[in-house]
Amino acid sequence: MQKINRQDAKLMTGNEACAEAAIVAGMRFFAGYPITPSSEIAEVLSRRLPQEKGVFIQMEDELASMAAIIAASLTGVKSMTATSGPGFSLMQENIGYASMAEVPCVIVSVQRGGPSTGLPTLPSQADVMQSRWGTHGDHPIIVVTPSTVRETFDWTIKSFNFAERFRVPVVVLLDEIIAHITEKIIFPKEEEIKIIERKRTKETPETYLPYKYTDSDIPLFADFGSGYRYNVTGLSHDETGFPTNDPKKIDALYRRLNQKIERYKNEIIEFKTEFLEDAEICVVAYGSSARSTYRAIRQAREAGIKVGIFQIFTIWPFPYEELAKVSHHIKKFIVPEMNLGQIAHEVSCATRCDVIKVNRVDGGLITPDEILERIKHVSV
Amino acid sequence: MFPYEKYLRLDKFPHIWCTGCGCGIIMKAMLRAIEHSKIPKDSIALVSGIGCSSRTPGYVDFNTLHTTHGRAIAFATGLKLAKPELKIIVVSGDGDATAIGGNHFIHAARRNIDMTVIIYNNYIYGMTGGQASPTTPLGKKASTAPYGSIEPTFDISGLAIAAGATFVARSTCYHAVQLDKFIRKGLLKKGFSLIEVLSPCPIYYARPNREGTSVDMLRWYKENSIPIEVARKMSDTKKEGKIITGILHNIERAEFCEEYRKLVERVSKN
Repeated sequence: MQKINRQDAKLMTGNEACAEAAIVAGMRFFAGYPITPSSEIAEVLSRRLPQEKGVFIQMEDELASMAAIIAASLTGVKSMTATSGPGFSLMQENIGYASMAEVPCVIVSVQRGGPSTGLPTLPSQADVMQSRWGTHGDHPIIVVTPSTVRETFDWTIKSFNFAERFRVPVVVLLDEIIAHITEKIIFPKEEEIKIIERKRTKETPETYLPYKYTDSDIPLFADFGSGYRYNVTGLSHDETGFPTNDPKKIDALYRRLNQKIERYKNEIIEFKTEFLEDAEICVVAYGSSARSTYRAIRQAREAGIKVGIFQIFTIWPFPYEELAKVSHHIKKFIVPEMNLGQIAHEVSCATRCDVIKVNRVDGGLITPDEILERIKHVSV
Repeated sequence: MFPYEKYLRLDKFPHIWCTGCGCGIIMKAMLRAIEHSKIPKDSIALVSGIGCSSRTPGYVDFNTLHTTHGRAIAFATGLKLAKPELKIIVVSGDGDATAIGGNHFIHAARRNIDMTVIIYNNYIYGMTGGQASPTTPLGKKASTAPYGSIEPTFDISGLAIAAGATFVARSTCYHAVQLDKFIRKGLLKKGFSLIEVLSPCPIYYARPNREGTSVDMLRWYKENSIPIEVARKMSDTKKEGKIITGILHNIERAEFCEEYRKLVERVSKN
């Protein structure tokens, strides 16, 4: 692992933590395009990556940025880009390419309100559904939602690990609060950081098939241009990597691509609960809305209300079963989101309970008081 | 007989191109150029987008990357920067490179990143059934220009020169021998090189425009091509409607990956 100059604690923004964590994870190729509120990630990496003998390039647009990081990752280097809503929209076609061609990569979206240019400088959680379904077709993807600077550091590293292990694009969803807040961050010790590398083939170029089925459902990788002359395409393809129109092979490909995440979801999904043991009300929160929720539930507990939190770190795959498990003694679910309820519906699906939405789309953060008020209202 | 088999993925044939299509002529010229440049197969990455030209990578035994529509040069940029020792060739069409991919095309030329871009210019979107492209000549018919195109065209080579490419040549599928010489020179050039090749689409371009068979189109290329050396001495009115062939531009300028390498040397820790 690359050593970086780290003290035990430091003041840092979420965007800075994301960039530093990527370098710790071994990321050595960044291509991006300026967009508020994500630009600091590119700025930090434009300084840091040449120092680490990595590549930083500012591309002509987000379509090119996504294309460049996919091609770089094919050669075996860990790669990433960072953007916000409109740029994230422009990346979607090539995110689908990464899903289809099974190319590990990490995309950071520091969300802004939308649609369109929306609210460039204000917080939002409006990319939750875009991060899952932004590109066309059934496709595998993993999306994480940290809520603090330290969590951003940890989940950026974990995102690279997911990308490498499952050969999928992974999205880090930040919002403007986490991206720009300056917080104390206590770095994990080196021995606490786990770094995963993609599994590479042991076959010779003569026998290697780039998409050969394995017991794990994840094909073994060969660095593109290292003597294994294979074909990569966004067309539906067979084990050889060449296009196919054979219905059986096409069906097998799409099912395996999606199965790859479904099968390992228990090893992917992470969440955190507090005060849920005896709770009658559960607040399901993610990203910076979770920050306000912690304060709200502690105040509610002081007022004698039985309320707890279910904080989601991996929003896709969504923790349907995990939420269902905690739901039997919960009477009401509250879902605070800086959108009009993108995750509330999923919570409702998972728990088959009434879900009370607390939404803001005016560019303001959801305050602890707003959540507390709803908790009090529900508990009456 | 040139040993094409050495470079072909024979199990991928028959190809999908129509009878009389120019794609095969360009592919073969590219293979001859590679053979004569003595670049090993493992060192070549052939990148394409979407369209008829972009099916070339499937048939040839290199590191091949068939990407999304218009983005071949953007993928190629990532590939070259991540692995500068690779020799990058991009094959693209007039629509792929100068309509949907126009931005990447001019920016790669501006950066002067080391790659050779071969554009199969057939004046039409062939793969999707003959829609008008940025090079469909004024007045010519296409499936989306049933009354004849009213749009001015792009001069692809001129665009590349203006954007900063350091080697630009134009040829046609009639001039196959000249073509592999230009591609070879492009491959050996350190920088962004562009080879524009006029290529017949007898089905979707010639048919609605009553321009005959592929052979008729090749004959038209032959009769209307003027070498750049001759064209320089001609008046603009005499040159109108003619195809100016040859090495149009060949200059030296700092190459992007090399400049990046120097930057890393300057700022990196050992």
